[in-house]
Amino acid sequence: MNIILAGVGGQGIVLASKVIAQSAMQKGLKVRTAETIGMAQRGGCVVSHVRIGENIHAPLVALKTADLVLGFEPAEAVRALPFLKPQGTVIVSQKAIKPVTASLSAEGYEGKTMLDYLQNSVSRFYIVDSDAVCSVCGSPKVLNTALLGAAAGSGVLGFTLTDMETALESVLPAKLLDMNIQALRAGAQNIEEGNICV
Amino acid sequence: MEQVLLMGNEAIAMGAIRAGVAVVTGYPGTPSTEILETVARKNPGNIYVEWSVNEKSALEVAAGAAYAGLRTMVTMKQVGLNVASDPLMSLAYIGVEGGMVIVVADDPGPISSQTEQDTRHFASFAKLPVFDPSSPEEAYQMIGDAFAYSEEYKTPVLFRPTTRVCHGSASIVLEPAQAASSAGAFVKNPKWTIFPRLSYEKHLQIEARRPILEADFSSYPCNILTGSGKKGIATGGISYAYTCEAIQALKECRQRENDVQKNSSDIDYKLFKVSTPHPFPVRLALEFLSGLDEVLVIEELDPVIEKELIFLCGQYHLPVKVFGKLSGHTPQAGENSIEIARKAITKFLKKPNQDEDCRLNLSTLNAKHEDINNKEECIAEEDQQTVEVIQPEQPALPVRPSVLCAGCPHRASFYAVKKAMKGKKAVFSGDIGCYTLGNASPLEMVDTCLCMGAGITIAQGLHRAEPDTVNFAFIGDSTFFHTGIAGVINAVYNETDIVLIILDNSTTAMTGHQPHPGTGKTMMGNIAEKISIPAVLQALGVKQITTCNPLNLKQAVAAIQDAAAVRGVSAVIFEYPCIAIAKPGPQFTVDPGKCSGCKRCIKELGCPAITWKVDKAEIDSALCYGCSLCTQVCSFAAIGGEPV
Repeated sequence: MNIILAGVGGQGIVLASKVIAQSAMQKGLKVRTAETIGMAQRGGCVVSHVRIGENIHAPLVALKTADLVLGFEPAEAVRALPFLKPQGTVIVSQKAIKPVTASLSAEGYEGKTMLDYLQNSVSRFYIVDSDAVCSVCGSPKVLNTALLGAAAGSGVLGFTLTDMETALESVLPAKLLDMNIQALRAGAQNIEEGNICV
Repeated sequence: MEQVLLMGNEAIAMGAIRAGVAVVTGYPGTPSTEILETVARKNPGNIYVEWSVNEKSALEVAAGAAYAGLRTMVTMKQVGLNVASDPLMSLAYIGVEGGMVIVVADDPGPISSQTEQDTRHFASFAKLPVFDPSSPEEAYQMIGDAFAYSEEYKTPVLFRPTTRVCHGSASIVLEPAQAASSAGAFVKNPKWTIFPRLSYEKHLQIEARRPILEADFSSYPCNILTGSGKKGIATGGISYAYTCEAIQALKECRQRENDVQKNSSDIDYKLFKVSTPHPFPVRLALEFLSGLDEVLVIEELDPVIEKELIFLCGQYHLPVKVFGKLSGHTPQAGENSIEIARKAITKFLKKPNQDEDCRLNLSTLNAKHEDINNKEECIAEEDQQTVEVIQPEQPALPVRPSVLCAGCPHRASFYAVKKAMKGKKAVFSGDIGCYTLGNASPLEMVDTCLCMGAGITIAQGLHRAEPDTVNFAFIGDSTFFHTGIAGVINAVYNETDIVLIILDNSTTAMTGHQPHPGTGKTMMGNIAEKISIPAVLQALGVKQITTCNPLNLKQAVAAIQDAAAVRGVSAVIFEYPCIAIAKPGPQFTVDPGKCSGCKRCIKELGCPAITWKVDKAEIDSALCYGCSLCTQVCSFAAIGGEPV
């Protein structure tokens, strides 16, 4: 299985890919990942590649082979679409993060345009109301875990929520665990409640 | 044993600990930084670990310990080796007693670097063995081999992972530790003192060693030769992984074709994986070349394997065509991918009677790595026949360049200098670190950036050309200690008029917040004497030194104006900690009733926390760190400090 996590530096994408990898390893599966570290982390585009299974050599996902694109931001999900395989799934946070360049220029950028495009071009597509989920959990910093919950809830990953909770326990410091488990569940529930657009 | 997920850099560190390393030194630099950090974190208690002030110092400290018989490791990025090249070249002659591995991480792309230089060249230039791992798990094993070869041949060896090995992670099963390095004991001997006569003798010994190492590496298990046929693929490092995936995909593709056409067409090829590009495993390479008509080389950065093979073909009069970067069959710049390997290999392994020119369309292949759309074009050709789905037109994507974080004190420093120099003739020389991002719009405050510590000296050169311009040099605290101080001495001694701006955020921010001499902490966890930057500047004879909080805009502008009026060298030290190590202040919000929609805050500061909503500015509560700079810029007092 190939998974792409795409978003903006600072959204906790590296940690999210670690949690997915940990969930896979708990089931005895082999994992490879590749992350963006360095200058791009300062508000630039960040992409993590996660690959699970046998006979995998490269850390990078080949184009048109991703089973899931987990979009932390609408435009970044669109940017990552070339990785998605036909019939692949896209799960995306509805909240747009406007780059400084978009605020400076006249054109701007609207998340809605990106979400509409995704809806029209992807066969399995889910929007996560990340603002709602984060406000329930009381912090904007749990967006990454909420999206993981949504991914687990969609059934694409093949991991249950319990699998991912166990993975969170081994990856996160104890003091952050409760809030993140809450976010995980809220993310999964958000998918179940029907932000599903097929 | 249970498998653990290890980043390549962590795997290198764990492999070195397993091999009994006793001293680890380095200077942070992407993509190498996590190696030393992991050794410090997983230190069983008997390893000395330090962040040195620069790569030259790191290499020399490790060399001293290796003279005394300890196993030592030095870590840096590719441009760091330029700084350490002076001791490296001489140490190659002197040699070591304990195993010494110099880990230099290369950055194809480049993803976070100034150059795409290839450390494999440095290995042949310095005449040192180099190991090139293709995956985190191979790196874990290979670092131990590197120590063993170093000790056997009494020479430092280079170990060169690339970004996708360093920052790729894999599930790895850890093995029990080997015997720890013995206690150090320096044995006095004239061989430790480099002298022209000794250098001549050592040079002869190094040349005599080369064919021995070439033979030894030909039976090194990580140099692999498989397959048969008239065509051969040679590769190494991460490109080996892409090659394996590309061949796997090609086989699956042919299998599908065969199921339809019922004709047999197995792919015959030899595969040569080069894990020690220098000295080249010559015997194995000749075995590879023997019987081949054509070779395709898949490698990143420079055509190192390609040139070695061409050289051998010439030396042994072998009628083998070698294709790669030099012949235009693979891209000359940027990082490789499965797509690039697949495209090149598909064309290369085409069945006979289709032998049209198999050179690739370079305009698409030389495309920058981030540009996925261009990469897609590379494989579009083969997919066009199968996929005929009409897709809606993709909306234009926002450009998302890296920027200074919301609340970053550097934004305030740059803005203060910009305001103070408004209407005056001034040039702003920058340096390496987060603050290089001061070049971005709307600040546009970095006119030059070359390499670590160069901003201070470039400013001096600019001053010689244009004495009536005010020349500013921006440098961070860690970079100041790295190679900035010598430049200040040069400016004072040669009576140059420059304004030195030290952006002191109390850490090495860009690489992930490492301690340095100004922080009062060492990598061993000790509290150290803080080296005071103002005291250093004073000792160097800097005429005027002002220390100031950049977040107080009025004071900061006044300090700059004073400093710019001084003849000779003056300095302003902007002290405020990086947001990643400081507590955020109370957040600010825009009062929509007062906001006139003038966009001044957005246009002047370019803070990622301030966005434009319909006709008003808005502050994103997830990003605001409460630096208060926007409140000082707003002409309508519309931005308030009401804690949210």
